[in-house]
Amino acid sequence: MSAREEILARIRAGLAGGEPPGPGQGPDSDGAGSGPGISFRAQGHLEPDARLDLLAERLADYRALVRRASPGERGAAIGAALADRGARRLVVPPGLDLDRAALPAGTEIVTDDGLSAAELDAVDGVITGAAVAIAETGTIVLDGSPDQGRRAITLVPDYHLCIVCAGQVVEIVPEAVARLAERADRPLTWISGPSATSDIELKRVEGVHGPRTLEVILVGR
Amino acid sequence: MTTAYLGMPTAPPGVGHLRGADRFPVAARRALANTQLRHNLAMATATIRAKRAAVVGELADWEELRAAGRAAKAGAMRQLDRYLTQLETAVGAHGGVVHWARDAIEANQIVSDLVAATGSREAVKVKSMATDEIGLNQALAAAGITAYETDLAELIVQLGHDRPSHILVPAIHRNRAEIREIFLREMAGVDPGLTDEPAALAEAARVYLRRRFLSARVGISGANFAIAETGTICVVESEGNGRMCVTLPEVLITVMGIEKVLPSWADLAVFLQLLPRSSTGERMNPYTSMWTGVTPGDGPQQFHLVLLDNGRTAALADPVGRQALHCIRCSACLNVCPVYERVGGHAYGSVYPGPIGAVLSPQLTGVEDNATLPFASSLCGACYDACPVKIDIPSVLVHLRARHVEEKRQERRVPGAEAIMMAAASWVMARPGRFAAAQRADRLGRALGRRRGRIGRLPPPLARWTQARDLPVPPAQTFRQWWRDEHGKPPPDTHREPHREHGKPPPDTHREPHREHGKRS
Repeated sequence: MSAREEILARIRAGLAGGEPPGPGQGPDSDGAGSGPGISFRAQGHLEPDARLDLLAERLADYRALVRRASPGERGAAIGAALADRGARRLVVPPGLDLDRAALPAGTEIVTDDGLSAAELDAVDGVITGAAVAIAETGTIVLDGSPDQGRRAITLVPDYHLCIVCAGQVVEIVPEAVARLAERADRPLTWISGPSATSDIELKRVEGVHGPRTLEVILVGR
Repeated sequence: MTTAYLGMPTAPPGVGHLRGADRFPVAARRALANTQLRHNLAMATATIRAKRAAVVGELADWEELRAAGRAAKAGAMRQLDRYLTQLETAVGAHGGVVHWARDAIEANQIVSDLVAATGSREAVKVKSMATDEIGLNQALAAAGITAYETDLAELIVQLGHDRPSHILVPAIHRNRAEIREIFLREMAGVDPGLTDEPAALAEAARVYLRRRFLSARVGISGANFAIAETGTICVVESEGNGRMCVTLPEVLITVMGIEKVLPSWADLAVFLQLLPRSSTGERMNPYTSMWTGVTPGDGPQQFHLVLLDNGRTAALADPVGRQALHCIRCSACLNVCPVYERVGGHAYGSVYPGPIGAVLSPQLTGVEDNATLPFASSLCGACYDACPVKIDIPSVLVHLRARHVEEKRQERRVPGAEAIMMAAASWVMARPGRFAAAQRADRLGRALGRRRGRIGRLPPPLARWTQARDLPVPPAQTFRQWWRDEHGKPPPDTHREPHREHGKPPPDTHREPHREHGKRS
C-alpha cells in the first residue's frame, strides 16, 4: 500500500473509533463547521473617515511611517516621502501609476523586469500599491497585481513605500479575507509594520530581514 | 514500528525529537536547580502574558472566535481524509507536488531526496515545529546537506548547539548576555565589539543570514494553515526570514502535519485573529505569506508539499485525545502554565513542551513512551482558558493518565503499587468504622514530617508518590474528632446536609482547627 493509501486508511479507521464525547465539552464541540450558533463579527461599523484614522493609528503603533494625502496630493506625497528618506534609486512594479514629474530631481526609477535578488539588494527602496488594508490590525495586503509586483521586490529592498487608497481599506480581518477570496490562488503577503522580532527576552526590535522601514501613504479624505 | 491506541502506528523511536532522555520528574528536578533559567523564564512569560491579555481584551467577540476556531478544527478532523485529498488536488492543479509520509523516517527521506535532486548542498529553513519534530536537520546533515535555521531564536538554538524550549520563542531560556556570547563564539565574521542590546543582536543575525538568503536555491518551511478548498499554504512570521525562504529560492519544500488542513478559505478570518493575538500578543504578526502551488514569474518555480502523519492518526483514533490535534502552536498555554514557567521546555523532552506538549507528545509516541508527561500538571486549568481553540487540556491529561494506568495494568497483569493502594482505599472507605480506624492510624504519619509540617519522602513502595511532591502532614485531630469535642456528640449523618438542618451556619470557632487541617502551604 502506498503511504497515501495507508495514511488515508488510518484516518478512516481512526474516525470509525467514535466521536468525541459531547457533554462537558461545550455546545460547540459537535457543531457543524463554523456555522450555526457562532457569531463573531463579520463586518466593522466605522464610517470611512474613522476607518482611515484607525488604520493610520494602528500602522503608527507598529512603527510604520504614515502620511495622509488627498487624491490630488498623491504624487507630491510620494515625492516628499522620497526626499525625506533620501532615497534616489527605486524599483517599481510594471503596473504602478507614478507621476514622475512630482519626484525629486535625480530620482531614478527602475521598473522590475525580473531583477535578481542581488540587483534588488542594491536599490534604495521600492514603491508599490496595495490590494487591501485592515484598519483594526494595521495590516496591508499585497496580492501580486501589476501595481504591486512579484513578492521579491517588496522583500529585499530596505525601504518599502506603499500607497493605499481609501477604497481598499476595510475595518476588520474577516472583511479582508472575504475581499481576497477571489484572489486566493495568487501569492498574498500580509504586512503589519516593518519586519520585527521579539526573540530576545520578548523585547520587540524593528528591522530584521524584511524592509526595516515601512512607509504608507493613505490616499483619501 | 510501535503501536498503541487501537493498533494505530505511532511516531517511531530513534528519530526526531518527541522523546526526552530522562523522565519528566528527573529532568524537572534538574531544571529547577537552574536559577538563571527560572529567572529568564519568569521574565519572558510575564511579558508575553501581559501583551496577550491586552490584545485579547481589545476584541469583544474573542469568545465567539474561540468557539468558531474550535468548531472549524473539529470539523476538519471529522472529515480529515476528504480535506487532505481536496488539498492534494488543489495544490496539484496549481503546479505543486504532494508527498505523503507515514512517519519521520519517511518524511526525512523524501525531503533529503528532493534537496539532493536540486544539486544543492544547502537549504534555508523557516522555523517549523514539524521539521523539528522529525529531526530533519540531522537527517539532512547525514545526507551531506546543511540546513540553515533563519528564525532568530532558532539560529540562537542552532549556533548554541542547544534544543528549543518554547514553541514560539525557542531560545526563551537564553537572556541577551548569553545570546551575545553564543554569537561571539559561533557566528563567523561577527563584530567583536557586539553589544548585548537586542537591536544589535538582531542586526548581527541580519548581516550573517543575508548572503545565504540571496543565494539560496532551496527553501524549507512548515505550514500554519493549509486551505483544502483552494490549496493555499499559509506561513505566519515576524522577521521576514519566512518571506525570504518561501520567495527567493528556486525550490520550496513545505512539511506539514496532516492536522494543519482547514476546510475553507473563510476559516482564515477566524484563525488570523486567534493566532497572532494568542501567540506574540500582537494584533497581527508583521508578515504572513500565502501561496498556492507555483506562480509563474513570482517565487519558487518548484513546490513540494509533504503531508506528515508520524503518530497523528493514532491521536485521531482516540475520541477524547483527538482535540490535541486542533492545536495551532500559539504557545499561549505554555506562557500561563505554572509548571512550564518553573521548569522550562527542555524538561518535557519533546519539541512540544508545556501543557499542549503533555497531551500531544504522549499521543504521538504512544503513552508509554512519554508516560510521565500527563502527570506534569497541577490541572489548574489556566491552559484551557488561554487556548484559542478551546482544547480542554486538563480533561485530556486526566484521560491520558487513565490510559497509562490501564495500559500498565494490561501489560503486567499483576497489580502495581498504585492499583493496590486504590483497592485498599476503596475497601477502607466503604465502611465508616474502617475509615475512622484508618484516620487514627494516619496520625502516625505526623512522626514523619514533624519539622516543616510536610513529608518530603516516604519509603518504598510509596517513594514514587513523594518523589515529585511533598505530602502535608496528617492533622493532629480529624474533623470528626474535632466535631465530637466541640459538640459533645458525633457529627450528624452527612447525607442530610447538617447546615440546613440546624438552620444556621456552623459556629465561628471552626476556623481555628480548620486552619490546622489546612496546613498545606
